[in-house]
Amino acid sequence: MSSVIQVLDVSKNYGSQPVLNNISLNVERNEIYGLLGPSGAGKTTLVKMIAGIETPTSGNITVLDTAMPNLYNMTRIGFMAQSDALYAELSGQENLEFFASIYGLKGTKQRERILHTASLVNLTDFLKKPVHQYSGGMKRRLSLAAALLHEPEVLILDEPTVGIDPVLRQSIWNELYKLSVAGTTILVTTHVMDEAEKCGQLGMLRDGRLIASGSPQELKESTTSATIEEAFLSYGGAANEN
Amino acid sequence: MRTRALVKRIIRQFIRDKRTLAMMFLAPLLILTLVNLVFSGNNYDPEIAVISSTEPFASQLEGADSSFTIYENSKQAFDDLEHEKLDAIIEIDPPTTKITLEGSNPTANKAVMMTVEKTLKSLAPKSPQPNAMETKVDYLHGSADMESFDYMGPFLIGFFIFFFVFLISGVSFLRERTTGTLERLLATPMRRWEMVAGYVLGFGIFTIIQSAIIVSFSIYVLDIMMAGSIWYVILITLMLAVTALSLGTLLSAFAKNELQMIQFIPLVVVPQVFFSGLFNIETMTDWLQPISYIMPLTYGGQAMREVMIQGGGWADIYDEVLVLAGFSLLFMVLNVLALKKHRKL
Repeated sequence: MSSVIQVLDVSKNYGSQPVLNNISLNVERNEIYGLLGPSGAGKTTLVKMIAGIETPTSGNITVLDTAMPNLYNMTRIGFMAQSDALYAELSGQENLEFFASIYGLKGTKQRERILHTASLVNLTDFLKKPVHQYSGGMKRRLSLAAALLHEPEVLILDEPTVGIDPVLRQSIWNELYKLSVAGTTILVTTHVMDEAEKCGQLGMLRDGRLIASGSPQELKESTTSATIEEAFLSYGGAANEN
Repeated sequence: MRTRALVKRIIRQFIRDKRTLAMMFLAPLLILTLVNLVFSGNNYDPEIAVISSTEPFASQLEGADSSFTIYENSKQAFDDLEHEKLDAIIEIDPPTTKITLEGSNPTANKAVMMTVEKTLKSLAPKSPQPNAMETKVDYLHGSADMESFDYMGPFLIGFFIFFFVFLISGVSFLRERTTGTLERLLATPMRRWEMVAGYVLGFGIFTIIQSAIIVSFSIYVLDIMMAGSIWYVILITLMLAVTALSLGTLLSAFAKNELQMIQFIPLVVVPQVFFSGLFNIETMTDWLQPISYIMPLTYGGQAMREVMIQGGGWADIYDEVLVLAGFSLLFMVLNVLALKKHRKL
């Protein structure tokens, strides 16, 4: 059984501007893989390519043994974008209904999934409210619920916990652990160093290059750092000296 | 399925957005009412054919005013009148004088009557029997109580529907992009054509309501002249609206924000006013005239006038309706291609 997400020698240019440089990484089934890097490192571009929205300039991406981009595969991937892609005029419920219908969920199944995902993110009581009355954190949670509706095998989350309070952040992470145990493969980007510790595997991205990868423990040990932040600095510094 | 989900969502969003709804439904009514109140006629040089059994009098007329041209053949004259090459025919067969007006354009009607009256008066002393002549006036289309607004109305209805639908649909589709929901949709298995179809159908439902309201208001409240069937008028305005809708969503791909979308108005919408037939295309420089062929409003305005003033039916408007359908289809296909910029698949 090969890796669920395989990225091989992927580069991406926007015009003459290189954004990503020869990235290769593998994400195994049930794994929570964290992409760590400052903003502008190319995290979003990379996950968009894995989600099938963007196409690489060179290199190959395979998700669930199918080359991306692939429309059918998109029904097996859940994607939560960095910006809250929600319709402000509609209520939470109506937003979820819309995304559920797009993934082909109907009737009872649709209602069940909406109730289930809404309770996962603690929004059950706010479903009737229009989204423009939601707080930033509530919008993030609704976006997450929308990504979970169709029970995707692969979940791609771009900065999922920005603007969410620590208690809720913890509960979202607990949910991600549960999903991962249940068989979901999760790819998550973050620029928060302490959040990176929560991931099973970690890829460090800087200026469009993958400067290190491994488990948080391995990364800290091999650089004799106490924290992920130190490890990141150590890898980043080494790369700069070359 | 996915298209239906999109249609349902657009309807829900639209109903929440009361102000945009009002802009689409009420603003055109307000403006049409204002134009109706304000508009008054202006100078116009008529083309009048003279058919006469008394040769010298006809020559006198032709010599007196450049508007008059002698026609030997009355059938030829009526053909030209039908094709709007002439504004009127004056048939002199003493003791009667019969004037037949093309009649669609009240400004032209007035100008014809004034020219004839003035010329006859100036010729009176030299002419043997002008006072004995009785004058009979006929209208090919329209009638004596037709106002300027009756002539402009059909174009204006078409134009305002085009304008508001263009703007609203363009901005909505643009907003899908700026709020990130387009990208979010592109991460779903929704196909590009399903997205375009969803937009056209979702907005299409509102444009049907809009067309019905504006056309009914113009006919029953503003009392605009209506010679043909209201259903044809609604059909034409609907086709115009779908054209505007598909053009608006297409062009929104080339705008970064709402302001840039609004900048398309002077570029795309305003020029159409000049070519739509509201102003005389024949008086324009020759090389400019072909531009009218690529403007959807040319066809919409023409078809509207054929039905509302000249009482035309399906046979008169089907070609214009087909051209509008062709425009819509072209813009939709281009939009599906333009979305490739965001996702190759």
